[in-house]
Amino acid sequence: MARATATALDSEQLPGKPLAPVKRLPPSAQRAVPRVVARAAQGSAWQSRALNRLLPWLLPAALLGLWYLGSERGWLSDQVLPPPAFVYQTLVDLASTGDLWLNASASMQRVLVGFLIGSGLGVTLGLVMGLSKTVEDYLLPSFNALVQIPVLGWMPFALLLFGIGEPLKYVLIAHAALVPVTLCTLQAFHQVPKRLLEVGQAYGFSRRQIVTDIVLPSAVAPIFTGLRLGFTKAWLSLVVVELLASSEGLGYLIAYGRQLFQLDLVMAAVVVVGAVGLLIDRSFEYVERRLNKGRAVIPGRLV
Amino acid sequence: MSTLTSSAAPSPRRYRGWVLPVVAVAVWWLATHQGWSDSGLLVSPQKVAATAWHQFTSEAFWRAISSSLARNLSGFFIGTTLGLVLGCLLGFSRLFERVVGPSFNTFKQISLFAWIPLISVWFGLGDVAKVVFLSLAALVPVVVNTCDGLRNVPPAFLEVAKVYGFTRWQTIRGVMLPAALPSIFTGVYLALVYSWLATIGAEYLLVSGSGIGNTLIDGSEHFMMDLVLFGMVVIGLVGWGLNLLARNLERRMQRLYGITPR
Repeated sequence: MARATATALDSEQLPGKPLAPVKRLPPSAQRAVPRVVARAAQGSAWQSRALNRLLPWLLPAALLGLWYLGSERGWLSDQVLPPPAFVYQTLVDLASTGDLWLNASASMQRVLVGFLIGSGLGVTLGLVMGLSKTVEDYLLPSFNALVQIPVLGWMPFALLLFGIGEPLKYVLIAHAALVPVTLCTLQAFHQVPKRLLEVGQAYGFSRRQIVTDIVLPSAVAPIFTGLRLGFTKAWLSLVVVELLASSEGLGYLIAYGRQLFQLDLVMAAVVVVGAVGLLIDRSFEYVERRLNKGRAVIPGRLV
Repeated sequence: MSTLTSSAAPSPRRYRGWVLPVVAVAVWWLATHQGWSDSGLLVSPQKVAATAWHQFTSEAFWRAISSSLARNLSGFFIGTTLGLVLGCLLGFSRLFERVVGPSFNTFKQISLFAWIPLISVWFGLGDVAKVVFLSLAALVPVVVNTCDGLRNVPPAFLEVAKVYGFTRWQTIRGVMLPAALPSIFTGVYLALVYSWLATIGAEYLLVSGSGIGNTLIDGSEHFMMDLVLFGMVVIGLVGWGLNLLARNLERRMQRLYGITPR
């Protein structure tokens, strides 16, 4: 929405119709503008679009070039910064020996199980607190107090209670997902549009009808935002937990590479962690956008 | 929703929040008192209180917490300053946003803690490495929120500025920055929260020197549940304190600039 309006503003300054806004600019700017316009007018729209496509790749390409040059010229020793080709080779080796798949699937399983437990509990907790003010009065202060302690603070405690086996990872990842999901669910219930509630009351809806026909449908999108946040947190804490206590998984690969001073392994694992995180976030974002699109229609109809 | 439930009898409601903690402590006390479990991990509330008192009177504890806080704040300030600069560049310059934005978004996706091994190889295990890590943790939310705030200035404001013939500098100072302030505050606020989390993480993973995180790890390694519980509460309290500080500051700044909170 904001992006669209921003580009609309920009297009006003494009070569097509520059004169009206330019006239109002102070003298110093006026001198500069015509030259830019003239130059831009020569290049076709296709060229500028291609340039626009290309720009985001400039920085990564430059960094990669610098990295390559640095290792080629020996500015930094291979131990401190392994050459890009070496990292790529390690990544290919990991993939071809099946190590990558083994560790990635271990990580994915942990994060999925932990996330399902945590978000299930979170939605339930948020739902119960959102529907009943009494429950909220009893639970929310304690919940808020416990939330102040981050996952990392719980870790030594959980280590003592559960050891370093799988339950530890499930519990910590579930906790990481639980917090944002609960808070977003609760907020979703508090932020039901007043207008809709009034309509419900005007039509003499029963409490049950208000909940099932008004409150729940309007809470879906915010709850999904909570789920997305929860998954991001779960993925983040998975890496931490695996770094600190595990014998397989992507975080373990990083910790292992660090112990053996194999930075190529560390970097390859970091790339995989980043790629998986990005992929998951993008798919959540896609679903979220679709949900929100359907939602935006409701206030429009009412006005 | 609140209109549906009756709001009579507000006085007992205020105490409802205390029911759960009190019951929990009572059960805990009963469990240790009656000896429901002979595990060494079930320590009594009295023992935790004694440990807390012992820690509060010891010099080592204060040294640990002050060095943690010093690292936290220096990382926070460095990260926030850099984040404001980067966020403003991203927010004001469309070209810069096109060149750097996508790379930054990708970078942001990589779990922060995955950087620790690289940081430890490049900067060692000491304070420098920790502060670098903390700055990174504080940087990300500030950049994101500053850039968002500047990008989402209502177009109507910008049109007014254009109609009045504001120069670019006047538009930035008089229109864009004030409109973006709430979002920028949110970023700084998040940075404070994140940097405290990262402080603990850095002390776990870059094990050297003293800090509250090291105290906690020590307790865990020596099976001292009382120390672990005490450390957890301290971490929670410090986080809560920083939270409160940031929120107060945010509110005061908003009042100063006459902005109604979102």
